[in-house]
Amino acid sequence: MVKQYAIAFGKKLVRVILLVIAVSIAAFALMTCSPVDPLQANVGQAALGSMSQEQIEKLQEYWGQGQPPVTRYLSWAKDFIRGDMGVSLLYRQSVSSVIAVKLVNSLFLMITAWLLSGLIGFFIGVIAGMNRGKLIDKCIKGYCLIISSTPTFWLALLLLMIFGVWLKVLPIGLSVPIGVEASGVTFLDRLQHAVLPAAALSILGVSNIALHTREKMIDICESDYVLFAKARGESSWQIFWHHGFRNVLLPAITLQFGAISEIFGGSVLVEQVFSYPGLGQAAVSAGLGSDMPLLMAITIISALFVFGGNLIANILYGIVDPRIRRGGVR
Amino acid sequence: MSDKQQEHTHMHKVNSTEGGREDALGYDEGGVHEHSHHHGYARNEHIHGHAAADQVENTYPHEHEHGGYDHQHHGHYHNHHSHKRGETILEIKNMNISFTQYSKGFRQIQLPVIKDLNVTICAGEMVAVVGSSGSGKSLLAHGVMGILPYNATMGGEMYYQGEPLTPKRIKKLRGNEIVMVPQSTSYLDPLMKMGPQIKKGRKDEKTAKKLRTIFKRYSLDESVEQQYPFELSGGMTRRALIATAMLDDPKLVVADEPTPGLHMNVAKRTMDHFRELADMGAGVLLITHDLELALEVADRVVVFYAGTTIEEANAEDFAHVENLRHPYTKALWQAIPQNGFTYVDGVQPYVKDMPRGCPFGPRCSYYTEQCSESIPYQRLRNGYVRCCHAK
Amino acid sequence: MMRRTMTVPMENSFVWNRRKTLLVWLIIAVTFLTVVCIAGMYCGEAARATDFSQKNLAPCLAHPFGTDWLGRDMFVRTLRGLSISILIGVSAATFSALMAFLLGVSAATLGKTVDGIITWVIDLIMGVPHLLLLILICVAVGKGLKGVIIGVALTHWTSLTRLIRGEVMQLRESQYIKIAKKLGKSQWHIALKHMIPHLLPQFIVGLVLLFPHAILHESSITFLGFGLSSEQPAIGVILSESMKYLVTGNWWLALFPGIMLVLTVAFFYVAGENLRKLIDPSSAHE
Repeated sequence: MVKQYAIAFGKKLVRVILLVIAVSIAAFALMTCSPVDPLQANVGQAALGSMSQEQIEKLQEYWGQGQPPVTRYLSWAKDFIRGDMGVSLLYRQSVSSVIAVKLVNSLFLMITAWLLSGLIGFFIGVIAGMNRGKLIDKCIKGYCLIISSTPTFWLALLLLMIFGVWLKVLPIGLSVPIGVEASGVTFLDRLQHAVLPAAALSILGVSNIALHTREKMIDICESDYVLFAKARGESSWQIFWHHGFRNVLLPAITLQFGAISEIFGGSVLVEQVFSYPGLGQAAVSAGLGSDMPLLMAITIISALFVFGGNLIANILYGIVDPRIRRGGVR
Repeated sequence: MSDKQQEHTHMHKVNSTEGGREDALGYDEGGVHEHSHHHGYARNEHIHGHAAADQVENTYPHEHEHGGYDHQHHGHYHNHHSHKRGETILEIKNMNISFTQYSKGFRQIQLPVIKDLNVTICAGEMVAVVGSSGSGKSLLAHGVMGILPYNATMGGEMYYQGEPLTPKRIKKLRGNEIVMVPQSTSYLDPLMKMGPQIKKGRKDEKTAKKLRTIFKRYSLDESVEQQYPFELSGGMTRRALIATAMLDDPKLVVADEPTPGLHMNVAKRTMDHFRELADMGAGVLLITHDLELALEVADRVVVFYAGTTIEEANAEDFAHVENLRHPYTKALWQAIPQNGFTYVDGVQPYVKDMPRGCPFGPRCSYYTEQCSESIPYQRLRNGYVRCCHAK
Repeated sequence: MMRRTMTVPMENSFVWNRRKTLLVWLIIAVTFLTVVCIAGMYCGEAARATDFSQKNLAPCLAHPFGTDWLGRDMFVRTLRGLSISILIGVSAATFSALMAFLLGVSAATLGKTVDGIITWVIDLIMGVPHLLLLILICVAVGKGLKGVIIGVALTHWTSLTRLIRGEVMQLRESQYIKIAKKLGKSQWHIALKHMIPHLLPQFIVGLVLLFPHAILHESSITFLGFGLSSEQPAIGVILSESMKYLVTGNWWLALFPGIMLVLTVAFFYVAGENLRKLIDPSSAHE
């Protein structure tokens, strides 16, 4: 039985690794066929015009032109696997160090938003699903409609306007107070700077999870076994606790881990608005500036997060669902 | 009639209430019977010849009812295969159920699926409502239990133990006094173990003991309590579903199509379990499309066609086709393989194409102009029929 | 031998029911969107007209949405921007939906290898967060309108494909399709009479629900700077420009365009959801 599990897990792992490799190839290919001249983008037309040929060639080498793409990819891949993610062309530091800092900042934001939106979304989804058609359901549906129609960045802008500019309660950007030395930054400072971006991310994540949870809850409430439970005289609370909760937990797991991708995307926008130095903002700069190593590394890391999340969801499913646990591996 | 009687002796055993006999699932040859002291009800007078039978004989069921209803019919005490009935448990008069649906475009229409249904069940007897698929009989079960879908409206009168069965009342009674035995395993929560599920989450020792007793009666091993629905075989599921009904000593059991697609032996055993329930004093409403199987265990049969009850007969009447009243019932009888396996042209009309007057009219060889009027449900001999030509 | 039957007519009354409510909202939504779209198309000139005497005005009667730092009327600019966004979103989403249909049906009907490849590609695309993928594509194609449209068109087909693939696979296994095959009906007949009526509602609803998604992503990517220049004031551009002036207190630059965007997207969602409730057979009778 354990062996069966191990084999299945192994297969999934191999699949994930293959997919990540494919992602890296695809990303690399996309970046290579970009007609954007990184020199122009980063150095500028005017500066280029005043350079000598050798200087331009040196720059070209620096930015990685001049070699056939396959060679470039292979050398990059070799380095990457060994842990050397290359040097960021924009930040002029090793990619690993750039990412290390930004990843921590982003994680802070994303995990908070992930947990908050997951929990709140789950609860209001369940409440809406069980009270279908009543006022509370209509309110929740309306709220979710408005929220999911709101672009992430605009909500972030609004929050910034209200709390940062107008009320001046929270800082308007960055992750640490300006002008303060690194050692002087306290956890509270970090927290303060992260509140608005995290709030923006959370509010948006809620609607997606809530709506899907509500759908699943409605399916459950219309199922045969809930009908039978009603026929046996079980009260609403009993029906929820015995049947509703358990059965909605499984899809909720999938939803929660599937939301990782959305949170990532949202963080790109939110960080841009708040100038929060996280992974998303780095991705935007890398994209605008054709910083290949940095962009590749960020892509791969985000792909790892997404795939990893799916894998974890799969494993959890296997543990929680007795049909899989006892009926053998599906 | 005696062979039928023998059959009954052979196939049914009368149990006392719980705590009495806990045999394995076998048939009691030679009929060792005990009385159920709850309802003073005797199944076979012949074997008993017991004084307790007089107790029932002297109390006519109609004394328990309110008002005089023509639809009531009582046991035939002169018939030596009579069944002594207890009080009237359930009485349904003129039940109609219709659905709100959207027809073309934006119009909503009412679709009357059940138009006029009349059934009475007394304690200790088993009444089978027989009809072909699509006649709407499953709705009857849901209607009684109060779990009709949101776009259904129900009319008519329902009385439980003489009092009207209002939605408030059914909410209180269902699950303990009035229970339903559902069709399939899809009515069981797939993520809950059987034990807690049947016990509805109760954890007290008394319920646990009761469950073990019930399991033993239906020869379900104790390990079943810890299993999930998907792990049970078909027969086990069926017995477990019946067990759900038994937990609280119900007075009325509604069995909705309990034998779909089951192997013959399993189906027969299932029916015997229901017979046991009736013999223990509950009233059993059996809804099925299998006339043959129903005849083996039921006391009375109500025939259902295209939304209306068209005949009510005792099970004995089905021994000879002449005793049946409605042409459709006779046709049903003749369709049984042993009785000729003949069929009548045509199909049951769809709700939207209902003919005026008698629903069976277009297919009936006795059709006259009179049949296109509304036909009342009348008493005939010892049953009821909705036909102008029945004798 | 069936006698002529006289059927009993059903109740038939003009009642205000749920379906009618849905239809009304659907009409409102479509009207709003069409008006915005068409009106915006004629605003091209007005959106670019600068008037330095009217710089940075807060909302007033003459300029209901205020003016920006170049004196351009925000209302007209917003309208134009919305129109552009709607057009881009709708066209890119339609392309995506068609791709989804083709790929979904192919995956379900052309055998295991094709199915495997398509599923794998779907997993691949869904592995990268959507916005990141859009950034990559924009970088690959070069910035500008082209990049945005191609990016949006090439990334929105995944979920719809999965849906269609799932539906077609289920259909093929369903009893009535198998029976139709056994009865000798041709593939075309089965596809036309049995599969399309089942798939079409889901497909149309999926298509309509793609529009708001596409518009949101399009505005996001232009907001980040990958898209259009400020000559073509798509909503994202308007909002990103407004960010620079937020601190100075010109709140109307961000508020009104944003609200209009929210309304637009919300109306698309309303249209899609109501359409689903009207034509999807499983919820048709509520």
